[in-house]
Amino acid sequence: MAGDAKTSRAAVWPGIIALAIAAGYLIALLAVEKQSLIIALLAVGIIVVIAAAWFGLLDGVSHAFSDHEDALGGFAILALLAVGAFFHEDHFVLLLVTTVLLYSVATLGLNIQFGYAGVLNFAGASFFGIGAYTSAVLNAHTALPHLIVLLIGGLLAALIGSLLLLPVLRTRGHYAAVVTIAFALLFKTFLEVNDVLGGPQGMQVKGMTILGWSFNDNIEIGGISLSFYMNYFMISLLLLIGAFVVVRRLERSWIGLNLDALRLDETAASCFGLDVVRWKITAFLIGNFLIGVAGAMFGMVGSFVAPNNYTFADSLILVSILLLGGIGNPWGLIVATFIVVVVPEKLQTIQEYRFLLYALLVIGVLLFRPEGLLPRPVRRYFPGWQP
Amino acid sequence: MDVGLFAQYVMNGLMLGMMYALVAVGFTLFFGVLDIIKFSHGDVLTVGAFVALATFAGLHAAGFNSQLLDLVIMLAVATLAMAALGMLIARYLVMPLRSAPALNTLLITLMLGTVLREAVRLFYPQGANPKPFPALLPQNSIDLGSLNLRLDNALMLAAGAAVIVGLQYLLNRTKLGLAIRAVAQDEETARTMGVNFTAIVLVTFAIGSGLAAFAGVMNGLYYNEINFGIGLYLGVIGFSAAIIGGLGSIYGAILGGFLFAGLQTVGTVLLPFASAYKDVFAFAVVIAIMAWRPTGLIQEKISERV
Repeated sequence: MAGDAKTSRAAVWPGIIALAIAAGYLIALLAVEKQSLIIALLAVGIIVVIAAAWFGLLDGVSHAFSDHEDALGGFAILALLAVGAFFHEDHFVLLLVTTVLLYSVATLGLNIQFGYAGVLNFAGASFFGIGAYTSAVLNAHTALPHLIVLLIGGLLAALIGSLLLLPVLRTRGHYAAVVTIAFALLFKTFLEVNDVLGGPQGMQVKGMTILGWSFNDNIEIGGISLSFYMNYFMISLLLLIGAFVVVRRLERSWIGLNLDALRLDETAASCFGLDVVRWKITAFLIGNFLIGVAGAMFGMVGSFVAPNNYTFADSLILVSILLLGGIGNPWGLIVATFIVVVVPEKLQTIQEYRFLLYALLVIGVLLFRPEGLLPRPVRRYFPGWQP
Repeated sequence: MDVGLFAQYVMNGLMLGMMYALVAVGFTLFFGVLDIIKFSHGDVLTVGAFVALATFAGLHAAGFNSQLLDLVIMLAVATLAMAALGMLIARYLVMPLRSAPALNTLLITLMLGTVLREAVRLFYPQGANPKPFPALLPQNSIDLGSLNLRLDNALMLAAGAAVIVGLQYLLNRTKLGLAIRAVAQDEETARTMGVNFTAIVLVTFAIGSGLAAFAGVMNGLYYNEINFGIGLYLGVIGFSAAIIGGLGSIYGAILGGFLFAGLQTVGTVLLPFASAYKDVFAFAVVIAIMAWRPTGLIQEKISERV
């Protein structure tokens, strides 16, 4: 591309338009109740995206995102706030969107493990569950500030995850996968047979309170009443922004470069003096920490934890999100989380079949588009640098 | 502990070991010919057991009431159906991804396992609940002192042993077995020697999946109950058993299956709280074994080529 760095930067407006359309579409999809309308909307969405891709309109969007990420990040937050504001009274929709935000945080954590370091983790839902159970137990039995509970949830997930470090580090590929699968099965069975943590029935979780401000009360501001889920929506949005920034910075830093090198060729990386074990541990622990924090928050949002929400199948859903979004691309992950979480909730008929459908979808993606819906772009070392 | 009780534990351990060994052999066979781990193997077992159950229901409705004939027919149907399913999986999901990263094969078989498991749960009538499995073997038992030897268990053990001996014969004494071993050892050389690679891979997957169906029926007869989750459980354990024995070695897989069952039985006996935590213990053992010997007791001789 000719010209100096300034003129070679792509225009920002395709990104803004795309975000506006996405927000409008999301609002429409969340607002509609009639099943036939939802199906029609989904069909329209799929056709529009395919058509846009066909006519090359999406290239402008992806260029805008790679050149103006910070600005568009701001617009994405605005778009999410607009969605939240539109549904300010609707408990169900706010809960759903909050779920998406927290799942996004969890998949961002998984992304560090899978996408950057190449450390397999098929027990994502289990670590999510560790966070959720942490907040259940700590909120019930201690007076710890709830923000610290979130932190402890993350730390505990990382700590219990570190029990798996030895087998995960000593094994590779399929073998490491089995270690985490075994852990996922162990975790769920353990919760079921264990009486202290409520057994198969699970336990209630007390809602969040920060400095005496109870999150489970509806809000009244100048005559406008907001659903109490608005509290959770806002804090989950903050969590997501924080996690996103951390993951993005991590990816762009030399740590991210090391992790990429490690994933692409472990032997070569260690030949160049990279400490393979150290970076694998780092990625595994940071990833589990993020998953645990998201889980702890999710426990308080849902106000209920039970073993059946943290099964191996749920872990596979998290992995499906990763694959659909495009491994290693945080933007893609958030889009994929919206699709994977929202569609079955809105389309009640497929709710029961969601594990089956997503497994089939992932098989299709692997066979025909292995890089995911929104593939990870090539690393750019300088702004405006073209590979 | 008295001798009878001890013998009872040994018997249970042997039964478990036989099932694990049959599953582990499948993993080892697949790994041998294609160097992949097929994570849907356990769920093929589930489908096999449910196909057998459906066949039984069909036979029952048709008025067949000979237990032996029922058993033979349902075993044959389940084994053949799963052999066909195994070939389809190999042909359309595993082979196309040969040049893709190993992660993709892992994920695709994992997701396929979910598809099979969920399909059983959703589409088999009341598949989400445990289903009673008919007791088709003679139920009489022989009392030897304090040991109560159930005839059906003894028959199943004998049948399992016969299958394993038959597999041994097939692999070591027939031309097909020679071809399978050749492909496992070196694909290129096998091809140049005129071995039809694709056909051998498909046959191997058929054999492994057929064995899984056999193990599934055995599991149903032993517990008199099956549910859609048994395959996931047996799959993970079978895989660990195959690893204990060293992937790629048939003897290793069999040894690993029995060793794992032994560990599990000993654990259940020695740890007083273990009965409730039986499965937790089994999976903890899986993780511990991976930490201790990631490449198995009988180590594969490999060096990494850079």
